[in-house]
Amino acid sequence: MRKITYRDALREALIEEMHRDASVFLLGEDIGKYWGGAFKVTDGLAQEFGEERVRDTPISESAIVGTAVGAAITGMRPVAEIMFGDLTALAMDQIANQAAKIRYMFGAQAKCPMVVRTPFGAGVNIASHHSQSLEAWFMHVPGLYVAVPSTPFDAKGLLKTAIRGDNPVLLCEHKLLYPLEGEVPQDDYTVPFGVADVKREGSDVTVVAVLFMVHKALNAAKELEKDGAISVEVVDPRTLTPLDRRGIIKSVKKTGRIVIVTEDCRTAGVSAEIAAVVAEEALDYLDAPVKRVAEPDTPIPFSPPLEKYVIPDEKSIIKAVKEVV
Amino acid sequence: MTTDLPKEKLVEMYQKMLQIRGFEEKLFELYSQNLVPGTIHLYAGEEAVAVGVCSSLRKEDYITSTHRGHGHCIAKGADLKRTMAEILGKKTGYCKGKGGSMHIADFSIGMLGATAVVGAGLPIAVGAGLSVKLRKTDQIVACFFGEGASNQGTFHESLNMASIWKLPVVFVCENNLYAMGTRQSIAMNIENIADRAVAYGIPGVSVDGNDVLAVYETACKASERARGGEGPTLIECKTYRHRGHSRVDPARYRPKDEVAEWLSKDPIKRFRDKLLRFGVVEGEIQAVEKEVSLQIEEAVRFAMESPYPQPEEALEDVYA
Ligand SMILES: Cc1ncc(C[n+]2csc(CCOP(=O)(O)OP(=O)(O)O)c2C)c(N)n1
Repeated sequence: MRKITYRDALREALIEEMHRDASVFLLGEDIGKYWGGAFKVTDGLAQEFGEERVRDTPISESAIVGTAVGAAITGMRPVAEIMFGDLTALAMDQIANQAAKIRYMFGAQAKCPMVVRTPFGAGVNIASHHSQSLEAWFMHVPGLYVAVPSTPFDAKGLLKTAIRGDNPVLLCEHKLLYPLEGEVPQDDYTVPFGVADVKREGSDVTVVAVLFMVHKALNAAKELEKDGAISVEVVDPRTLTPLDRRGIIKSVKKTGRIVIVTEDCRTAGVSAEIAAVVAEEALDYLDAPVKRVAEPDTPIPFSPPLEKYVIPDEKSIIKAVKEVV
Repeated sequence: MTTDLPKEKLVEMYQKMLQIRGFEEKLFELYSQNLVPGTIHLYAGEEAVAVGVCSSLRKEDYITSTHRGHGHCIAKGADLKRTMAEILGKKTGYCKGKGGSMHIADFSIGMLGATAVVGAGLPIAVGAGLSVKLRKTDQIVACFFGEGASNQGTFHESLNMASIWKLPVVFVCENNLYAMGTRQSIAMNIENIADRAVAYGIPGVSVDGNDVLAVYETACKASERARGGEGPTLIECKTYRHRGHSRVDPARYRPKDEVAEWLSKDPIKRFRDKLLRFGVVEGEIQAVEKEVSLQIEEAVRFAMESPYPQPEEALEDVYA
């Protein structure tokens, strides 16, 4: 199968959905013809679809998302880009109080079919305001879906599902994933929400990982198989809301052990929810305590040795796995 | 054109501008050699704004800064060595390597830090102004931000609040015509950001941001007003960044003739010519230039020779 990058996969999804459905349009800062998006996901789209459907906005995150909400409840399907995940904080009211609640609060009179795309993650030394992984914030908002694609295939398929669906979706991308290549079919396909993907089969321990951590977990798994003969199963939830509880539990039943690897900070993080699910529903199958590998509870520091220290890596995953096996 | 300013003050201003330019050009070079982690947003071309404004301030006055903040630091009197060390991620840097280029602070000189969230500095400046008022000191606050930031809700909220409470804040909009690749006209329907002041009932002034004396004069008036308890002013400085938005941006979205026109209005060249006309002799100017290049070399040496922080230091300073 042909291979394309995560960035190109996202762009293809946008292009195909914009051709398929005239109500789909894009808005965000510098997404148009002069820049093509800070990470170049929308490169060339303003030229292809015009500035009416690929709208450069002022630096106004709250109004970007709010505008998407208003358009969504009146018949459009906006896809907003927030240049950095950290900056969703500026649009939090529109995401959490408006987009996510409109349907419920108004007794199902409305639906709010919109997507907010944004990149999270550390690793490029751009410090505390541009590096966070805040996925867990959004898991705490009923009415909102949270997708976390880790491969080009998932990125394209999940974005299509997000655009076609009738609910607000936060599509969490990761800065380090954009150049990653992977197999993506030519034909139209979607990836359903709430269905975890086993990225690697194994029998001794389940490693649940999201976004860039999926790849570190896969590297660690290879290593562990080589030198320790430990067979690791890597499970990628692909969406955090809805969370595929059954998929995760199924794997835990098989291996009897779980290590959860996320890039957000530990306290009340993504890993906390997954650990709670396992504790509630699969405790009897566990042969060892649940283990979490996450960032310590600090902002992301700038200096390379400091940043490296706080981001989970293959070594910390291997150590955690060895502790439970 | 004349000036009442003493020669020493003029030379000091020139020296600060040169420090900023030299510092930024050096960083550009170091970045190409892969010696600067992350990204940098250079201030080259906008020196007259930071220096003009900060020259109107006292040491105990405050400033807030942005992602494009190196010039603000230097103009307020930050040490070149510790600034450079921070940008290279060293332990000896102002923020122990935690902040980097986009987050430099030196509270000892009233530099309350650079935020990389566009528009986030404005309310903080208002808060510092409120604190000044409550503590009954006679400090003032200068708040730097770009024209792009003036489209954030925080701009409106902050100017309004500073106005109703008559806070001692000078809002300094650095209008360099572009926010990343977005030309001002794409993002707003007005030409002068200063016009927005009307909405808050405060003075709004547009000034040639490449003329350090014009900026200085305007800032002095605004500072006096602030210190006198009459409230905030919005100053818009029309200027231009010499290079791309960040280090990797070739800035192809800017028409060549526009770039050429602005390069010909280089604030440092203009001020140098003026100094000569004011009677500062060529030899004196060259001496300053030489001194500054030595200072920059020294800053680089200090930063390069400084150690990185220990990895575990990442866990320190989360709480007071
Ligand atoms: C809230 C927020 N939105 C977007 C960004 C990304 N960003 C960084 S600088 C910048 C442009 C800022 O333009 P302006 O305020 O005019 O300052 P300039 O860079 O021109 O000095 C953008 C969009 C950010 N850092 N913060």
